[in-house]
Amino acid sequence: MITIENLCKSFTLHNQNGAVIPVMAGANLAVARGECVGLIGASGAGKSTLMRMVWGNYLAASGSIWVGDLDVVTASPRQIIALRRSTLGYVSQFLRVVPRVPTLDVVAEPLLFLGVPADIARARAADLLARLNIPQRLWELSPTTFSGGEQQRVNIARGFAHPFPALLLDEPTASLDAANREVVLTLIQEAKARGAAILGIFHDEAARDRVCDRLIDVRAFTPKAAA
Amino acid sequence: MTDLSHAFAAAADTPLLQVKNLTKRYGARMGCADISFDVYQGEVLGIVGESGSGKSTLLSCLAGHMRPDQGEVFFQTAQGARDTVQMGEAERRRLARTDWAYVHQNPRDGLRMGVSAGGNVGERLMAIGARHYGDIRASAIDWLGRVEIDAGRIDERPSAFSGGMQQRLQIARNLVTAPRLVFMDEPTGGLDVSVQARLLDLLRGLVREMGLSAIIVTHDLAVVRLLADRLMVMKDGHVVERGLTDQVLDDPQHEYTQLLVSSVLQV
Repeated sequence: MITIENLCKSFTLHNQNGAVIPVMAGANLAVARGECVGLIGASGAGKSTLMRMVWGNYLAASGSIWVGDLDVVTASPRQIIALRRSTLGYVSQFLRVVPRVPTLDVVAEPLLFLGVPADIARARAADLLARLNIPQRLWELSPTTFSGGEQQRVNIARGFAHPFPALLLDEPTASLDAANREVVLTLIQEAKARGAAILGIFHDEAARDRVCDRLIDVRAFTPKAAA
Repeated sequence: MTDLSHAFAAAADTPLLQVKNLTKRYGARMGCADISFDVYQGEVLGIVGESGSGKSTLLSCLAGHMRPDQGEVFFQTAQGARDTVQMGEAERRRLARTDWAYVHQNPRDGLRMGVSAGGNVGERLMAIGARHYGDIRASAIDWLGRVEIDAGRIDERPSAFSGGMQQRLQIARNLVTAPRLVFMDEPTGGLDVSVQARLLDLLRGLVREMGLSAIIVTHDLAVVRLLADRLMVMKDGHVVERGLTDQVLDDPQHEYTQLLVSSVLQV
């Protein structure tokens, strides 16, 4: 479902004398349907950079990233927007939403964009928020005022609202208590069972062992010259 | 609503607006230079840049407020794509009343200050042929509610409103006729942040539900992050970078965009 071939990336910092920093070279990996692959490697090794290239908010220098039948590296912005609506989900570490929008609507929004009727979308959102132990009295409030752990769970609910065939998870269990961590791991296992291909970053080793089928050390993709 | 989104999907392969090689000079000075891009139905395009970058000149040329020196602006009408630069003034005015809307930075430029709030909203409906007083007033009340203006103030003039209320009224006046393309010039400029947020949410909902397309000119990167699907960055009349909004903001390629993004306190 996700296939990365010979992917390279460098940053050119024009405002720092045009410094060119190669960060990735010759990255290869594949995630099949129903499989969860964990990215490992020290901080700064390029785990998040790789995830962002798959999501499309970082440009690749060369290589290809196939998500389904679309190569994100060469796709047009419109194709990537369509991919993100229907095929590729992303649970980032931080929640970024329009302030003052109720939590229930934040979680339901991905479904509304797909044309799901509002009552069905909100019911699905309510179901996920309840599973993730967000108290119902908070559903009509904006998540911008929530604690870090609550925001994280809202973000997860939003990411799992639509059954995406491919999912990117950036530290989905960080800052969660044991009970909520368990809920998130169950959600991940359910997504795998329905055939989702998942690429994730998990610093939580026990969580990683529970859900990941394979681990890939991104240090193998570090450009030689920079090492 | 589902049926509507299917209709939108069918129309999605033809751009709603196609801009080709648009150029506008002010004497020797360049307003905007050789600009080309497409906007599709249901898509929000953000145009960012500093004052004097040419972004407002570009918007004025697109909306027919200013005549470009060169270039074509094709708009998809029921009769096919029409070059709005070449069409007659009467036809362009009709488009401006029906398929287009223009939200000015200063609400006083987009409102009739001597007419009541309800009149401001109703006027645009009457311009496209609405005649039934009760229907017009009901629509006006509905739209005032959607932009969070108390229906009890329908008969007051905008001059009695705060700046934020005036801006929301301007948006209601513009959107009541369900336009297909909305031009916005710094729509959240000069508003309190809480009002900005409500406005952003309102616009997102309208884009989603009505399949609205919008071109938003702003210098506020946080606004485009939340609202725009795609972004164009302008400097000295030229487009220096374009792409997916979060890609341009998170991994800017051009020297100027890098400077712009790194100069913001928090996006």
